[in-house]
Amino acid sequence: MNTWIQMIFYFGTLLILTRPLGTYMAKVYQGERLILDLVLGPVERFLYRLSGIDPRSEMTWKTYAVAMLLFNIIGLIAVYLLQRLQGFLPLNPQGLGAVSPDSAWNTAVSFATNTNWQGYGGEMTMSYLTQMLGMTVQNFVSAATGMAVMLALIRGITRHTTKKIGNFWVDMTRSVLYILLPLSLVLAMALVSQGVVQTFSEYQTATSLQSGETQLIAVGPAASQVAIKQLGTNGGGFFNVNSSHPLENPTPFSNFFQMLSILLIPAALCYTYGKMVGDTRQGWALLAVMTIVLVALLGVAIWSEQNGNPMFNEMGIDQVQSATNPGGNMEGKEVRFGIVNSSLWATVTTAASNGSVNSMHDSFMPLGGLVPMWMIQLGEIIYGGVGSGLYGMLAFVIIAVFVSGLMVGRTPEYLGKKIEAYEMKMASIIILIPVMVVLIGTAVALMSEAGRTTIFNPSAHGFSEVLYAFSSAGNNNGSAFAGLGANTPFYNIALGIAMLIARYWLAIPVLAIAGSLANKKKIPASAGTLPTHTPLFIVWVIGVIIIVGALSFLPALALGPIVEHLMIFG
Amino acid sequence: MKAQLRPAITLLALLTIITGAVYPLTVTGLAQLLFPQQANGSLIVIDGKAYGSELIGQQFDDPKYFWGRPSAAGYNATASSGSNYGPMNPTLEEVVQARIEALQAADPNNPLSIPVDLVTASASGLDPHISVAAALYQVSRVATASGLGEAEVTSLVEQYTEGRQLGIFGEPRVNVLLLNLALDGIQ
Repeated sequence: MNTWIQMIFYFGTLLILTRPLGTYMAKVYQGERLILDLVLGPVERFLYRLSGIDPRSEMTWKTYAVAMLLFNIIGLIAVYLLQRLQGFLPLNPQGLGAVSPDSAWNTAVSFATNTNWQGYGGEMTMSYLTQMLGMTVQNFVSAATGMAVMLALIRGITRHTTKKIGNFWVDMTRSVLYILLPLSLVLAMALVSQGVVQTFSEYQTATSLQSGETQLIAVGPAASQVAIKQLGTNGGGFFNVNSSHPLENPTPFSNFFQMLSILLIPAALCYTYGKMVGDTRQGWALLAVMTIVLVALLGVAIWSEQNGNPMFNEMGIDQVQSATNPGGNMEGKEVRFGIVNSSLWATVTTAASNGSVNSMHDSFMPLGGLVPMWMIQLGEIIYGGVGSGLYGMLAFVIIAVFVSGLMVGRTPEYLGKKIEAYEMKMASIIILIPVMVVLIGTAVALMSEAGRTTIFNPSAHGFSEVLYAFSSAGNNNGSAFAGLGANTPFYNIALGIAMLIARYWLAIPVLAIAGSLANKKKIPASAGTLPTHTPLFIVWVIGVIIIVGALSFLPALALGPIVEHLMIFG
Repeated sequence: MKAQLRPAITLLALLTIITGAVYPLTVTGLAQLLFPQQANGSLIVIDGKAYGSELIGQQFDDPKYFWGRPSAAGYNATASSGSNYGPMNPTLEEVVQARIEALQAADPNNPLSIPVDLVTASASGLDPHISVAAALYQVSRVATASGLGEAEVTSLVEQYTEGRQLGIFGEPRVNVLLLNLALDGIQ
């Protein structure tokens, strides 16, 4: 019963917030007057002036792409250098030394691409300065990059016969200043009130009760980073175990706030999208597609984890859910979250390209672990990353529109734009590239000694660890079956490459579609136009997503979680 | 390309100042002002002595104390970690079996079955809580070893049981360190 109440509260709150935030973001992006202008307007203009940006001049899609790439490359280099030089830099009370070159490369790519895969343990590796100037900054700007690319695509759809799709600098800056910063500030304070640490002092010391020995407790400026890690669907934790750490996620409230912020902006962006294309039903339809898939898979995860591990039953352990016992498979889970909030988080964090965790996915039951893995493999479009989720979803919509057009023998169109060979090619690239990265990467790792030696769990589960790692990197999620020893030169380099390809080889074709659509004429809707907001279309898009996702990954999943499930229950 | 280089570098530098320095410093300032106890790690300080953090579990294996979740990190609060054992991993079976035996050896006549959270490792290795069932399971052992009566220990467990937040969120639980401090009469 309580399970249902917690679910209803979660999705209810999310949907209630979708419209007001979505409306607000539409205002931000359409340059309407806002109350925050009073404070942020001067800051924004100052940034443009100092950077030599003319906010009124717009870019072609190619210039937009160049600006986006340049900005990301420079950010990547900055994070790399910070890690390599942190030993000589201030705000390093624990005296942590330079991060190894391969790990620093991996982390720099990881944060620039909004993946936030973590090959390192936060509290043992990164100085406060690196966490702030490197991680926190990239959390903001990588999220804003995704939102900017999304915005360019919206303009491509709404404009006609023009080559201009907006100004990357303006889109990025406004995303940071007007959306991400204010929300993060509010969330960070809410988290501190629950017990998330926020201090620059050294690690705390205390005397352990039983042993009388001195206990050292890692602290740091965590709340500010945790807030943006969730809101920006980044996911990189301050501490090694991410949001399962009691000082990063201390209470059920902090857990609720964090889970809510994971899906908040991706959900609201659907409304923003509908608003900006002049038909909010279009946004609601996409949100419906996302939510239906999410809820279905969530059910599988909760059911699988709550039923627990048959091995525990044989050993006489009580894992039946009751008023005093959360029950279920509690290995790798925290008591304050129990089964429900651990399963919900695992599903939500992989639906969005967030990747933060509040439980150890590696210790999930086979089907419980299949859910997050498959969520990632669907391409991070079920809500997805901020901006990137929606543009990925729109690639699927283009495919769906195209296929349905072929079926009835009409020229496919979407929101008044003809979908032609060029858009289809780009959409296919967007969908196929992650699939290739994941499957080829997994195959290479399994065929090489370097890839196999750091597998932690034996048998089919070990295969799942590698498949999960490349799925996560190849779709910019960042969560892991963390048993896999991924902080090795092989994985640092290979996963780094996977993350780079997955981010930019998707963003560039998206911008290409934006440029191509912007250049087209607008055609009025006719009786032959397929409406794209109806239940029929929602079901159709879900079908396309499931078929593509299933066909691409079912063989691989069969070798991992599915065979493991059969070994346990078969 | 060249035209975009200056905005790229300058804007990154400026946004680094805003989001990487101004923002975390603002949050730190507000946090230290409004929630100093929470922002610094929720330490339990009694008569000038810090006994630990309310939110960070500690190692307990003395029969007179309540035991917390098994920890893959050895309760090292500078190196959080889960076990990452898969559900079929033979090592998982071994370590769980060993934990069952340790619990039974410390309290051979306990008729209750062992709640799952008491023999499985937490996600963080620092979980400060156990389930209410896991606390109640240990009452007989703690009562015997500490010399306090079962009724007294049970009432302490009830006193330190936290319900769901607002009656809805999360799971009911018992904070092990706080409960053990109470057993020692420190709190």
